[in-house]
Amino acid sequence: MATIIVFIDHDSGTFAPNSLGALRKASTLGGEAVAFVAGSGLDDGWAATLGEHGADRVLVADDPALEDGLPQPTVDALEPHAREAALVLFGAGVASADVAAGLAARLGAGINCETTELTLADSGVTAVRPALGDTVMVESTFASSPAIVLARANAFAAEGTGSAAPVERVSVTVQDWSRGAAIVGREEAETGGVDITEADVLVAFGRGIGGPENIPVVEQLAKALGGEVAATRAVVDAGWCSYSMQVGQTGKNVSPKLYVACGISGAIQHKVGMVNSGLIVAINKDVNAPIFEFADLGVVGDALTVIPKLTEALSSR
Amino acid sequence: MNIAVCVKEVPSATSHKRLDPATNRLDRSGDSELNPFDVHGLEEALRIRESGQEVDEIVAVCMGPGSAQRPLQKALALGADRALLLTDPALAGSDISGTAYALATVLEKQNADLVILGQQAADADCYVMAAAVADHLKRPLVTQVAHLEVSGGKLRAKRQTEHGYDVIEAPLPAVISVSDAINTARLPSIKAIMGAKKKPTELISAADAGLDTSRVGSEGARSVVASTSPPPAKDAGKRIEDSGGDSASAIVDFLAERGVI
Ligand SMILES: Cc1cc2nc3c(=O)[nH]c(=O)nc-3n(C[C@H](O)[C@H](O)[C@H](O)COP(=O)(O)OP(=O)(O)OC[C@H]3O[C@@H](n4cnc5c(N)ncnc54)[C@H](O)[C@@H]3O)c2cc1C
Ligand SMILES: Nc1ncnc2c1ncn2[C@@H]1O[C@H](COP(=O)(O)O)[C@@H](O)[C@H]1O
Repeated sequence: MATIIVFIDHDSGTFAPNSLGALRKASTLGGEAVAFVAGSGLDDGWAATLGEHGADRVLVADDPALEDGLPQPTVDALEPHAREAALVLFGAGVASADVAAGLAARLGAGINCETTELTLADSGVTAVRPALGDTVMVESTFASSPAIVLARANAFAAEGTGSAAPVERVSVTVQDWSRGAAIVGREEAETGGVDITEADVLVAFGRGIGGPENIPVVEQLAKALGGEVAATRAVVDAGWCSYSMQVGQTGKNVSPKLYVACGISGAIQHKVGMVNSGLIVAINKDVNAPIFEFADLGVVGDALTVIPKLTEALSSR
Repeated sequence: MNIAVCVKEVPSATSHKRLDPATNRLDRSGDSELNPFDVHGLEEALRIRESGQEVDEIVAVCMGPGSAQRPLQKALALGADRALLLTDPALAGSDISGTAYALATVLEKQNADLVILGQQAADADCYVMAAAVADHLKRPLVTQVAHLEVSGGKLRAKRQTEHGYDVIEAPLPAVISVSDAINTARLPSIKAIMGAKKKPTELISAADAGLDTSRVGSEGARSVVASTSPPPAKDAGKRIEDSGGDSASAIVDFLAERGVI
């Protein structure tokens, strides 16, 4: 039976939801689904619970060099097992992408990104991804083995149903050059404050509102609509607002009844976090902005002009 | 120190993007531009120089068709000292693995202490090239860098993951990719645009670069497009052109019609 290795990203004892979704998908493909977890001081009982998410077997790579979860030592640990597999599957994620890409380079293997569907047959792996701003579905095959597949965020749903899986500890050899980078600090996502995933209405802003000095304009619209304020990674990375307000692949998944996107381009990593909203209204001055492709109402205009007028019109109703 | 910035030619945001049905490759006949995400890599290189680091050279490195000379001109106007275009019919149709191998082979000879890539290519929506290049070069990697300091032969970078922000240190030489929020790029002055014309652009072939052509191009591609199809049909949204805020009442009507207010 063909071996499918699924890379499992984790943090503080929690498996990444996208990794668990990938594992569930792998368990339906007709091969042997092998979960691969790397870290330091890992608990076998914890790793075994991956069986509930579809793993037939779990490989645990445990070594002090894997403590930080940085990609390069992880590629070293994964490589010998990946060579034996027909498919190495990754859920979306920053660490997962780094490992997937490093592994593809190491093996000279084909890699498919943003994958939303895949199959495994005797003839090999077939992967489907939406491309060019999701205007076309592209189906790819692989000319070598293993196939490396990095799924789109939320492409596959996790489901915990099975029972614990057998765990095998594997030996780890880390190359010297892989040890170069080190995590020296962490700023955890702050907890508390507003939980944007609970809001019925979200007014989100991106770089197009010009600067943090204009956030109050957005807040007033949110207030008039009885909603909360959310943001893109670009403005969180730039320090305009807190990470807990971020919608998207590395932020939160939201599905309010109404999502108003102000000055947001609609990059795929933002889209995946909000596309299930009931109604999407986008205000953007660029008629070619990708967000207009999936907005229910697209307003082509200057956000800083439209928002105050809209707030006023709502308040005088 | 030397800095290499990888820049890609992508179809311009206003051009109609499609795959050529004959080859299943991106139709590059329309207007193209410098990948907007790579502007931030060039800007960051300039900022490192301006921060007092001894930066001898900033080189913009691109693999692409001959038409990529135009976006490379922009890279020169934005601050690169010279440009290098790896261009060869044998490279057409390269997949991610082939492109990473080819770029790394060229970068190897550039003696760069820091290689900077963009967060993603606007035409691919992947975010993988930096990690693949770093593996070929056997150099430390930090992707999606939102804040960067370079000094004393090492870098310190802050980057977002699904769990919050990591602060990562790595010795040089290293490879990074930068978030589009790491900086706001300045617009090139007329003087810089004119000056760019005098800066050198070197064109090199696959043979010049010493590439094993069995690993690149459509022949060497390990990931092969088999077919394409239209995406699931979706209702087109409604569109309003605003002028001076006159769309407000139409937006309110729309929200009321849909029962959300
Ligand atoms: C691995 C990875 C993970 C990521 N995760 C996330 C994530 O979780 N969430 C996320 O949001 N992004 C994420 N991104 C980043 C994403 O790719 C985009 O870079 C980001 O979403 C862009 O944010 P933006 O829309 O604010 O900025 P931009 O893309 O710069 O868009 C600004 C928009 O504002 C418009 N505009 C400008 N001025 C005005 C005006 N006066 N009025 C109206 N409109 C105006 C412009 O036309 C433009 O469309 C991720 C990227 C990667 C590679
Ligand atoms: N053909 C290319 N030439 C030069 N740089 C590239 C090329 N393809 C990708 N890159 C670099 O890799 C980054 C991320 O691309 P990707 O991971 O392919 O989406 C881009 O922002 C560029 O810096």
